[in-house]
Amino acid sequence: MMMTKTHSSEKVPLWRKVLSGLAEAPPTGLLGLVVLFTYLFVIVFAPWLAPFGEATIVADAFAPWSAEHLLGTDSLGRDIYSRLIYAARNTVGITLMATLLAFVIGGALGMVAAVVGGWVDQVLSRLVDMLMAIPLLIFALLLLMIFGSSVTALILILGCLEATRVFRLTRAVAMNVAVMDYVEAARLRGEKMLWIIRREILPNILSPLFAEFGLRFCFIFLLVSSLSFLGLGLQPPTADWGAMVRENAMLITFGRVTPLLPAAAIAILTIAVNLVVDWFTHKASGLSK
Amino acid sequence: MNQLLMTVAKRLGLGLFTLLIISMVIFLAVEMLPGDIATEILGQMATPEAVAAIRQELGLDQPIVSRYFDWLSGLLTGDLGQSLATGQPVLELLDDRLINTLYLAGTAALISVPLALGLGVIAALYRNTLVDRAVSMFTLSAISMPEFFIAYVLILFISVQLGWIPSMSKVDADQSLLERLQLTILPAITLTFVTCAHMMRMTRAAIINLLSSPYIEMAYLKGLGPWRIIVHHTLPNAWAPIVNVIVMNLAYLITGVVVVEVVFVYPGLGQLMVDSVAKRDLPVVQAASMIFAATYILLNLIADVVSIVSNPRLLHPK
Amino acid sequence: MTDSKHLDQHARNGMLSRRGFMKSAAALGIVSATAGAFALPAFGSTPSPSPKRGGHFRLGLSRGSTTDSLDPARFSDVFMQSVGFAIYNYLTEVTPEGELIGELAESWEPAPDAARWAFKLRKGITFHNGKPLEAADVVATFNHHRGEKSQSAAKGIVDPIESIETDGTHTVIFNLKAANADFPAITSDYHMAIMPATDGKVDPNAGIGTGGYILEKLEPGVEAVVTRNPDYWKSGRAWFDKVSFLAITDAAARTNALRTGQIDAMDRVDLKTVNLLKMDPNLSINNVDSDQIYYFAMDTQAKPFNDNNVRLALKHAIDRQDIVDRVLKGYGRLANDQPIGASYLNYADLPQRQYDPDKARHYLKKAGYNSLSVDLSTSDAVFTGAVDAAVIYREHAAKAGIDINVKREPADGYWENVWMKRPWSMSYSSPRGTADWFFSQFFAEDANWNDTNWQNERFNTLLKAARAELDAGKRQEMYAEMQALVHNQGGWVAPAFSAYVSAATKAVGHGKIATNRDMDGNRIAERWWFEG
Repeated sequence: MMMTKTHSSEKVPLWRKVLSGLAEAPPTGLLGLVVLFTYLFVIVFAPWLAPFGEATIVADAFAPWSAEHLLGTDSLGRDIYSRLIYAARNTVGITLMATLLAFVIGGALGMVAAVVGGWVDQVLSRLVDMLMAIPLLIFALLLLMIFGSSVTALILILGCLEATRVFRLTRAVAMNVAVMDYVEAARLRGEKMLWIIRREILPNILSPLFAEFGLRFCFIFLLVSSLSFLGLGLQPPTADWGAMVRENAMLITFGRVTPLLPAAAIAILTIAVNLVVDWFTHKASGLSK
Repeated sequence: MNQLLMTVAKRLGLGLFTLLIISMVIFLAVEMLPGDIATEILGQMATPEAVAAIRQELGLDQPIVSRYFDWLSGLLTGDLGQSLATGQPVLELLDDRLINTLYLAGTAALISVPLALGLGVIAALYRNTLVDRAVSMFTLSAISMPEFFIAYVLILFISVQLGWIPSMSKVDADQSLLERLQLTILPAITLTFVTCAHMMRMTRAAIINLLSSPYIEMAYLKGLGPWRIIVHHTLPNAWAPIVNVIVMNLAYLITGVVVVEVVFVYPGLGQLMVDSVAKRDLPVVQAASMIFAATYILLNLIADVVSIVSNPRLLHPK
Repeated sequence: MTDSKHLDQHARNGMLSRRGFMKSAAALGIVSATAGAFALPAFGSTPSPSPKRGGHFRLGLSRGSTTDSLDPARFSDVFMQSVGFAIYNYLTEVTPEGELIGELAESWEPAPDAARWAFKLRKGITFHNGKPLEAADVVATFNHHRGEKSQSAAKGIVDPIESIETDGTHTVIFNLKAANADFPAITSDYHMAIMPATDGKVDPNAGIGTGGYILEKLEPGVEAVVTRNPDYWKSGRAWFDKVSFLAITDAAARTNALRTGQIDAMDRVDLKTVNLLKMDPNLSINNVDSDQIYYFAMDTQAKPFNDNNVRLALKHAIDRQDIVDRVLKGYGRLANDQPIGASYLNYADLPQRQYDPDKARHYLKKAGYNSLSVDLSTSDAVFTGAVDAAVIYREHAAKAGIDINVKREPADGYWENVWMKRPWSMSYSSPRGTADWFFSQFFAEDANWNDTNWQNERFNTLLKAARAELDAGKRQEMYAEMQALVHNQGGWVAPAFSAYVSAATKAVGHGKIATNRDMDGNRIAERWWFEG
C-alpha cells in the first residue's frame, strides 16, 4: 500500500514501475512482500477463511487440536483458529490506521515546521517537546479513560500521540533538505510552500520515514497490547492478537504453546514489514545517488 | 564554550516552562476524568454524604484554579503536598520507588546499550550478509512480543523450571547491592528485549550512512581494517543520531515500564502512577509526572549537548 | 467433616446459625446467659490437626494499591481487609461454621427491646500500645464511621444507629432508630475494627488494635508486615511469628510465586488454568463455597424493564448452568434471581428458575414485543470474567429473540459512572450477615444501593415488620415471601454464586475455612498455621 503511494507521484505507469521493482527485488524483500500479501488476503477474506464466527461459542472450553478445531478452543469454547484470523483484521487494521494517522499528522507538520521555520517551527516544536515529555503510556491511559476506549478513540489517541515522534524525525530530516541549494532556489523562484514540500522535500525524505514506519508500527502495536494488559483495550468479544496473548498468557507459565500463536503472528508480520521497508530504503538510498 | 553554556541555560529555562505547562495539562486531564478521589476510594460503597465529606475535608469543593495554584505555590516552596488517599507526604511515597525505578532502568541500560551498540556495529560490518539478517530478525522478533509475554517466558524457564532466580522481584531498601542485582536481572533482560532493536537499528543505519563518505573511503585506501574503521573513524561521527535514540530509550526505561513492574511485582514509579491515576490522587500523579517529564527533558538536553560537542557546526546555527 | 458439600451446606454453612440467631432475636428479655458458651478459648471449632506455632507466613493477594490506607473506614479489598483482621479485633466474629460469636464483646442483649442493644466487653484486654480496652474506645470507633462528617465507606451500615453511650467502663449501649433484631451482626463488618480512643477520638491511621499481630510496616501497594502479638488475649489463635501480605495483582505472577516457593498461599486462583495448577503435588487448592453473587441489575423504572414481563423474559433467557460451567469453570453454583443464598439463616429454597427460551418469548409477547434489543453495560471491574458472562448471556438470549448488546465500559470509574446509572448493568455483592442487612442495602425503597430502583410496597412493609418480629417462625415466613417477591418481580437477573478459590502449599495447615468472606473470612493470619 505504501509503495503505490510513493510511486503514484511519478509519471511512469504504475504497473510497469511495480513490475520492474519486483524484478530487482532481493529475495528477503520478496519474502516480506509475499508474507504481507498473505496477511492482506487473510484480512480481506477473513469471513470466508474462518470456519467459525469471531465470537460464537462452538465447543467446550479448551478443546484440544482436532480436525474440526484446528488449533483447539479457548477458555470460553471459541475456535482459536477462527479468532486468529479475525484478529488479523482488528489488530492490523487498528495499528495500521493509527500508524498512518501518526505519519500523516506528524509528517505534514514536521515538513511545515522545517520549511516555514520561524515562530511556526518554534510553536510546533515546543508543543511536541511538551507532549513527548509526558510518558506515552500514562498519557494514553489518561486520554482513554477520559474519552472511553472505543476503536475510533484508540486510533485517534494513539495516532496523535505517536505523531509527536514522527514529527521530530520528519522535521530533523526535512531540515537537512530544506537548507539545500535547490530548495533555496525554489523559494527564490517564489514557489508556494505546498509545492516545495511536495516536489522537493517529500521525495528526499521518504527513505528515513519508511525506515521509521516499520518500527512505529511495532511500537503502536505494543502500546495497544500494553493498554489491553492494563484493561483498556478493544471491546470484547472482538479478537485481537494482543488481547489473545493476554487472555491465554497464563498458559505459558505452564509451558503450553497456545499464546505463542498470536505472538508469532505479530512477530512474522513485524519482520515482514521491516524486510519490505529495508528493501525500499535500500532502493531509495541507491536511487538518490 | 560560552556558546554551549548559553544553549544549555536557554534549554533549561525552556524546560522549566515546559514543566509548568505539563503540570497544567496533567492537572486538567485528571480533573476531566470521571469521578474523584472520594468516589474512587469508596467505590461500590459510596454514599453521597460520605463522598461530600471527603471532598470537603480534602478541599475538592474549591474551584479548580485555586486548587491548582495552591499546588503550584506548594511546589515552589518545595512542598509536594500529601497523598489524598493516605495522607502521607508525597516525597515519602516517591523516594524509595524512584530509587527502584532508576536502579532497574540503570541495570537494563547497562545490558541493552552495549549490546545494541555491539550488535549494530556487527550488523553494519557484515551488512547484507546472513549475520546482519540474523541480528535484524532476532531484534525485530524481540520487539514484536508484548513485554508481558517475554516476561512470562523468561519466568517459565529461569524461575519455574531452572529455579535460578525468583520470579518476584520484590526489592527493598534493606537488601545488599548483589541481592538487588539478582532480583533486578529478569526485568532488566525483559526490558533489554524491548529496547534493543531500536538502538541497534539506528546504530547500524548511522554507521552505514557514514561508510560512503569520502573520508572513510580514504581510510579504506590507506589499508585500515574494517573493524578499526568503524570503531575509530565512523562511530565517533555517528554519535548524534545514536545518542538520540539511546536517550529516547532511557526515558522509556524510566517512564514506561508499568507492565514489567506488574508482572515482576517490582515496586517502581510506574505502578504508583497508574494506581494514583485510578484513584485520582492528584498530588502523587502530579509529582510523578513532574519527575518523568524532568527526566525526559534532562536526558534530551544531554543528548543535544553530546550532539553539539561531537559536531561543533551545530553550535552556530545559521 | 471439613468439606463443604452442597448437601450439608444448608445445615452448617449458615452465616448465622440457629443458635446465633436465637441468641440475638429471641433474646428480647430472655437470654444472654449463653454468652458463657462463647468465652475463651472456644473460638468456633478447634482445628482438628494440632497446629504449630512459628514461622514466617507469606501471603500473596490479588489486590492492594499504592493508595491503600490503614483507616478501616477506607478498607475496600481483600488486601487491607486481611491486614485489618490481623491487627484489629471486632465486637463480634463470624465463625467458620457461620455462627456469630462475641470477639471483644463478651455478651450482648437487647435492653430492653431490639431498638436498644447493650454490649458487654471482655475485661483485661489491652491494645498494642498498652492502653486497656474500654467502652469509650468502642464508642469512638463507631463514631468514626457515623455523623454528617463521616468519610466512611461503612456510613450506610451504621446509619440505623441513633446514638451510642457507655454504661460503666465495659458496657456500650447502641440506641437504634428502629427495632432491629439482627443488629449485632453488623458489628462483625470489616470496617468496624475497634481502635483505641484518645479524648473521644480514634487515630485511624495509627494501625493500633487489640489483634493477634502488631503492625510492623505497611508499604501501600507492595507489602504489609505484621509480627505476633506476644500478649494476645486469645489462645489457640495467631500461630505465625510473622506474616507478610504481598500485593501481587497479576494472576500469573501470583501463581509463579506460589509454585516457586516465594509465597505460602494466594487468593484468586486463575480459573482458566486451575486444572494445570492442581497437578502440582506441593500445592492444595481450596474451593470454598460462598454466597458471593454475580448479577445483572435492571432499572425497574426505566423502559423496557419497567414491565415485569420483560424482566421475566430476561430471567428465563439465561442458561445459568452454562455461566457456572464456562465463566466460573464449575467453581460456583446456580443463583436464583435473588441474593439470599443457602448460607443465610432465613434462606428460602425457591424452585430454581430454568433456562427456557420459549417461556422467555411468551413473556416477551405478553409485554407486547416480538423481539427486543437491549444494552447491557459491563466491565471486568465487576469480577474477572464479567464481560465473558455478558457475552455468553447474549448467545443464550439470542435463542429467545432477544438481542443483548454487550457494552464494555471502562473498568476505571465503573462503580461511579455505570453501575446504578445505566438502565442495565452488571454488579456483584459479597454476602451480608443477614437477609435484613442485604435487603436493607439493596432492595428497600430508601436503600443506598437500590440498583434496580425497585419500589415494592409489600416488600417494604414486610422488611420493616420482620425487623421487629421476634418469633422465628413468623420471621422465616416473612423473609421467604420477600425472597419470592425479589425472585418474581425484582430487577436482578442473578446467574451464579461464585466460590472463593485459593491455593496454598501443603506445608500450611488450617481448619474448616469460613465462607462469609474470602481467605477464611479475611482471618487467614489469625486462623492458619504451618504444619510441623
